[in-house]
Amino acid sequence: MAHLQPDSPYATERYADTTRSVEFKPDAKAKFDALLERYPTKEAALLPALHLAQEEFGWISPEVMVYLGTLLEIEPAKVFGVVSFYNMYNQKPVGKHHVQVCTNLSCMIRNAYDIYDRCLEKLGLQPGETTKDGRITVTEVECLGSCGTAPVVQINNDYHENASVESIDKLLDTLK
Amino acid sequence: MEPIKVLTKNVDKPNSAAIDTYIAGGGYESLKKALKSTPDEIVQLVKDSEMRGRGGAGFPTGMKWGFLPKDSPMPRYLLCNADESEPGTFKDRVIIEKDPHLLIEGMIISAYAIKSCPMSYIYIRGEFYKGAMILVKALEEARAKGFLGKNILGSGFDLDITVHRGAGAYICGEEMGLIESIEGHRGQPRVKPPFPAVVGVFGSPTIVNNVETLSCVPLIVEHGAEWFKSFGQPKNTGPKLYCVSGHVKKPGVYEFPMGVNLKELIYEHCGGITDDLPLKAVIPGGGSAPMLTPDEIDLPMNFDALMKAGTMFGSAGIIVMNSSTCIVDATWRMSKFFAHESCGQCTPCREGTNWMETILDRIERGGGRPQDADLLFDMTDNIGGKSLCALGDAACGPVASAVKKFRDEFMYHIEHKSCLPGTKRYRRLDMPVGAH
Ligand SMILES: Cc1cc2nc3c(=O)[nH]c(=O)nc-3n(C[C@H](O)[C@H](O)[C@H](O)COP(=O)(O)O)c2cc1C
Ligand code: SF4
Ligand code: FES
Repeated sequence: MAHLQPDSPYATERYADTTRSVEFKPDAKAKFDALLERYPTKEAALLPALHLAQEEFGWISPEVMVYLGTLLEIEPAKVFGVVSFYNMYNQKPVGKHHVQVCTNLSCMIRNAYDIYDRCLEKLGLQPGETTKDGRITVTEVECLGSCGTAPVVQINNDYHENASVESIDKLLDTLK
Repeated sequence: MEPIKVLTKNVDKPNSAAIDTYIAGGGYESLKKALKSTPDEIVQLVKDSEMRGRGGAGFPTGMKWGFLPKDSPMPRYLLCNADESEPGTFKDRVIIEKDPHLLIEGMIISAYAIKSCPMSYIYIRGEFYKGAMILVKALEEARAKGFLGKNILGSGFDLDITVHRGAGAYICGEEMGLIESIEGHRGQPRVKPPFPAVVGVFGSPTIVNNVETLSCVPLIVEHGAEWFKSFGQPKNTGPKLYCVSGHVKKPGVYEFPMGVNLKELIYEHCGGITDDLPLKAVIPGGGSAPMLTPDEIDLPMNFDALMKAGTMFGSAGIIVMNSSTCIVDATWRMSKFFAHESCGQCTPCREGTNWMETILDRIERGGGRPQDADLLFDMTDNIGGKSLCALGDAACGPVASAVKKFRDEFMYHIEHKSCLPGTKRYRRLDMPVGAH
């Protein structure tokens, strides 16, 4: 787990650059305000606010953490603590298409690693890396709750069930 | 035993998620009926049904509701656990995507029964984006018909429901982790007691129930407790969804009365084992459950029978492995999962799960040491019962059972630095795996 340490090599990356501050556009801000109505505390809106921010900004940059911290009256360090705890918040930019291959047991014994390996080899990536053109990121994920149609590959919000090396190989070619 | 269509009676209908379809099939009649009874009468009805929670622990639902303090001035909360992250489990998703109004009706009745405050939450795993959108739409439909909002159907009872998406953390399925997560924190479970029924979300008395549990409530209200008990065996009652995955010819979600025979389920209803290979091992209750060998599966799938067999019913996520499976590698994969998902709060679980994964990986890679099998076994003893939440124990289930029941295969690996002949590894050792 990474910590916010001024002298750590992450520091420049991790510390928010105030010259690059971010802000929700009016319609996103309206969605954010509506969120607050659903909870008895401001803090409780953090997870949905992070989802909203990720839709808006693509990833959760240190600037986004500071911004949400200000809106919700939470220490930025606490926001960072939450962001780093959950898998789905991207702490660095990801490709336009985030290919997430489930390799948990039910998928594994239906050859999920063949699909995963094919994705990495075809695109020349290491796990979690993004193609140079920013098109595709490939990651390995835990059970997606769809084991009856294993193996399963999630691309952004969509599940591709009963996947095969061939079907995913073809699909990768269509991802523009 | 024949499959039934009780909980799943709507799922095959065209447009099954629409409120009109649901109402045409008699939907929301149970709500009308329930609102004419007192909350205590509904609690008693659920107690009489002997329903046990479908989320994993199998705690009697009516009894849980009865634990709410009578005299607390705090508002009460009802939380629906739709985290569905236990490996091998994919049943709640069927209800969420195909029959969301069954869940919503169940939540309204349950909230009424426990005298919930006017806001209730569905905690749905973040990956179920489609499911979350279906729920959001269904909730809008229910509001438009007056089933949610102020003074529901003239009863004086107010309720609204918010869909709260998780963000990819298995531990948020644990009820205290879920509560922390709704409050906007890292999903790190709190020490119990106090139990959620006394101090839960926002410092208030809270009930956490699984999707399938809540979806049974309208059925109990409609047909009565005796009807519910007519499915299954004493203390293991009701219709039940079973998830079967892995090496079976027809994987999927099957509905049976509680207590369908596991062997019959695999061989008759799921068409037997893929490639007609012999069966090797079955995980009966989701990834946390200890494995069973082929001679152990002639038993009824219910809470008590599986407990007696030294494993657990859990979420009824049945993972079937045929003889081609390298058991060391299968066990490694489960360990990798728990190492990834440990929330990191307590040392035995955080360090232990990582070590178990490392040792299993080294055995698989030919670097196993003769004492490793015993070492793994010892480790399960040092994690189980010594960590804050049940994830620590869960991580031990697959490892302890595999080492105990497949010891020869572990020793073969260690001695010959390769998989047992006839078995294969489902991954390439020269490829990188994702880091934690
Ligand atoms: C590590 C862990 C993960 C869990 N995941 C889930 C889950 O995904 N869904 C669920 O309903 N219950 C899950 N549970 C069980 C819950 O803690 C809780 O017992 C359950 O939601 C209660 O609902 P029920 O009484 O209706 O079964 C999990 C428990 C543990 C220890
Ligand atoms: S047992 Fe594991 S998951 Fe549970 S609180 Fe401890 S570290 Fe976290
Ligand atoms: S194991 Fe892949 S979806 Fe469950």
